[in-house]
Amino acid sequence: MTIRNGISRRGLLAGAACMTAAGLILPRASWAQPGPKRGGSFRIGQFGGATSDTIDPATFAAGPVVTAMLAVCNNLVEIDAQGQAVPELAESYEPDAEARIWTFRIRDANFGDGRKVTARDVVASFNHHRGDDTVSGAKGALAQVRDIRADGDNVVVFELESGNADFAYLTSDYHFIIMPAKEDGTLDWQSGLGTGGYTLVDHEPGVRITLKRRDDYWKPDRAWFDDVTLLSIGDPTARQNALMTGEVDAINGPDLSTIHLLQRRPGITLVEATGTAHYTMPMFCDAAPFDDVNVRLALKHAINREELLEKILRGYGRVANDSPIAPANRYYAADLPQNGYDPDKARHYLKQAGHDGLTLELSASNAAFTGAVDAAQLFQQSAKAAGINVNVRREPEDGYWSNVWLKKPFCMGYWNGRPTEDDMFSLVYARGAEWNESHWDNQRFNELLLAARAELDEGLRAEMYHEMQGLVSQDGGTIIPVFVNYVDAHNDKVAHGEVASDRFFDGWKLVERWYAA
Amino acid sequence: MSGGAARSRPLRRMIGLRLGIGLLTLFLISVLVFLAVALLPGDIAQQILGQSATPETVAAFRRELGLDQPLPQRYLGWILGILQGDFGNSLANGRPVADLLAARLGNTLFLAGYAAAIAVPLSVLLGLLAALWRGSWFDRGVNVVSLSAISFPEFFIAYILMFWLSIRLGWFPSMADPGAAPSLAEMLGRAFLPAVTLVLVVTAHMMRMTRAAVVNVLGAPYVAMARLKGASRWRIVTRHALPNALAPIINVIALNIAWLITGVVIVEVVFVYPGLGQLMVDSVTNRDMPVVQACALIFAAVYILLNITADVLAIATNPRLLHPR
Repeated sequence: MTIRNGISRRGLLAGAACMTAAGLILPRASWAQPGPKRGGSFRIGQFGGATSDTIDPATFAAGPVVTAMLAVCNNLVEIDAQGQAVPELAESYEPDAEARIWTFRIRDANFGDGRKVTARDVVASFNHHRGDDTVSGAKGALAQVRDIRADGDNVVVFELESGNADFAYLTSDYHFIIMPAKEDGTLDWQSGLGTGGYTLVDHEPGVRITLKRRDDYWKPDRAWFDDVTLLSIGDPTARQNALMTGEVDAINGPDLSTIHLLQRRPGITLVEATGTAHYTMPMFCDAAPFDDVNVRLALKHAINREELLEKILRGYGRVANDSPIAPANRYYAADLPQNGYDPDKARHYLKQAGHDGLTLELSASNAAFTGAVDAAQLFQQSAKAAGINVNVRREPEDGYWSNVWLKKPFCMGYWNGRPTEDDMFSLVYARGAEWNESHWDNQRFNELLLAARAELDEGLRAEMYHEMQGLVSQDGGTIIPVFVNYVDAHNDKVAHGEVASDRFFDGWKLVERWYAA
Repeated sequence: MSGGAARSRPLRRMIGLRLGIGLLTLFLISVLVFLAVALLPGDIAQQILGQSATPETVAAFRRELGLDQPLPQRYLGWILGILQGDFGNSLANGRPVADLLAARLGNTLFLAGYAAAIAVPLSVLLGLLAALWRGSWFDRGVNVVSLSAISFPEFFIAYILMFWLSIRLGWFPSMADPGAAPSLAEMLGRAFLPAVTLVLVVTAHMMRMTRAAVVNVLGAPYVAMARLKGASRWRIVTRHALPNALAPIINVIALNIAWLITGVVIVEVVFVYPGLGQLMVDSVTNRDMPVVQACALIFAAVYILLNITADVLAIATNPRLLHPR
């Protein structure tokens, strides 16, 4: 104990030397290499901040708060640039033979106030999202967990209802940051303390968050900037101007319609990553006319995906094949036949379903995603050629997710996607899933889902997920026209290595991963 | 001078009466806002949880915040708190509403004061000069320029100013957020572009009203008398015409200042200025009732107070208004 405290006080160099000696898991950049260097400040302009923001991980919204808290805290596991799960605050982890009991060994690390992180804190951090009284958006993801217990100070054991080979990935979800526990075992999120490379100095909701580097961070090759400021800038033009005038060093979500102008500015670099985010158009498979798979196929062939990619996304995306599994996922099936725009084929499927023409109502709102109404209108035009009349019903943006999505039989939607096939499929495509937005129920798919979840043999899993993607694509009730790229921009004062593709801003971890150029 | 004391008493009575009516208005507004927010589809639990709302988490959220209680009971709890000076806590992030408001209100008042300090003298002066040189190129020029400025939407003016003065010339920052602990000079520099945007938006209104009121008075017989006795044109306008034209000018100035405090959310968004408007819009989106209510009360109070001030000043400068026929 005394030795560790001595190290933390002696500052980074001593700490780094010691950590390196202790053997490190992340072999990326090292001190000898040119590139990352300590120092400097970093100002980030991000959208999605609101005056209602809180640092409670249960009700996080995907704005500057999450980016900041992922720098203040660690997860048990993080996703690296290759999309692989690597241990973070967990030193190591292992499943039992059925992938049902998962044992995580917690590393030696301190919270911002010097306290040592223990298994108790980890248990509290997860229990915060479980139980009847939780308000957590991540509650569903932990429904599979039967019990979480601490085994001594450094070991946490998760007991699942059934085997899940991907459970480690799940713990990288931004909700599951590790914060200290209170005396009574509940989570002390109000403290704002974590084991990450930065401490929270100031948080004015919807305005700015200020972070300061910790000298005793356990990762030697992360957290380069001395101080970091995250500003909430909701207006895309204001965000771009702030970048151009040097008020901030990096922004996310530049306006795609003027991005060519931004790109022309000297010193500005775009960072683009094809992740798992995608637009969806769910159809209720248990309601006419969508209960006939031929109608679903007709609609899948009546949408012009290339046009959406070009006009809505300005090319910053990728055509999708009605399956939510993206090239960034491990078991992406690249060789499935592509559903393309083909009015004749669409007519053919309509005939099969016994329709001469078809009139549908499509609910749309830009709350689903920016440009959703335009996308619906483009679909209206392309579907007309196939004899399908789509009436675009413009819904209010306010309350869209509670009043329209999951309620109307055919609407526009959006998913950030998930790092694992199992997570994505069980969340939205499994029978009875809370968010099964298309009410799809395919027996073979549901069987495969359970089998693949507990399968530890990579080859067999790949085969199963391949078949499932085929099923979703051909039989599923959701049109998935395109994957959306994460686009960020930064100036020449900051630099970075290969960026992760699981979120924008280098997997939301730019605060600790990027460095001064 | 003996009339002074007699005159101030009815004035004082009028102020008292107006303040009483103002309080009643505030109460009615609080009821209306409460009902209006309650009528909006969805509640804070659904808004905050967004796409990830499930029936159980929404129910847990409502339980935690006491939203499962009936509407009248919630209103009563809120108003009793207000009467004891407790604005309550934000439903969204649990922070005291008073804390949330304090910094924002300061920023908003600063920006409004900054803009008004430029706009009011500028527009009154321009209005006087335009009245003085009625029909001249100056009169027409000022009218065309100020009317053009008011005709553009404010975000357009804001973007144009930002483009030239910030991105092209680099004289002023494009973001007005002053940071955590700014100096006055820094605040003035950072808030310059939004202040100028607001000045361009409000000047025309006040300038035109000044010009119209003064021109109106300039046709009166006593102005002709002043001219006959040989007073200079500037003296006629400032000493004879302006005091008699003050009432409508004060009214329009008060309305514009009220707008500067309550209606500048677009300018706040474009220049990333943390003011009250943004706070209120965010809170309405989230159905964060205590914050919406507090903002609405502040805005309503600003309007009521400025209107009372305008009336009192108008009467003080023109005692005839105290005795309506």
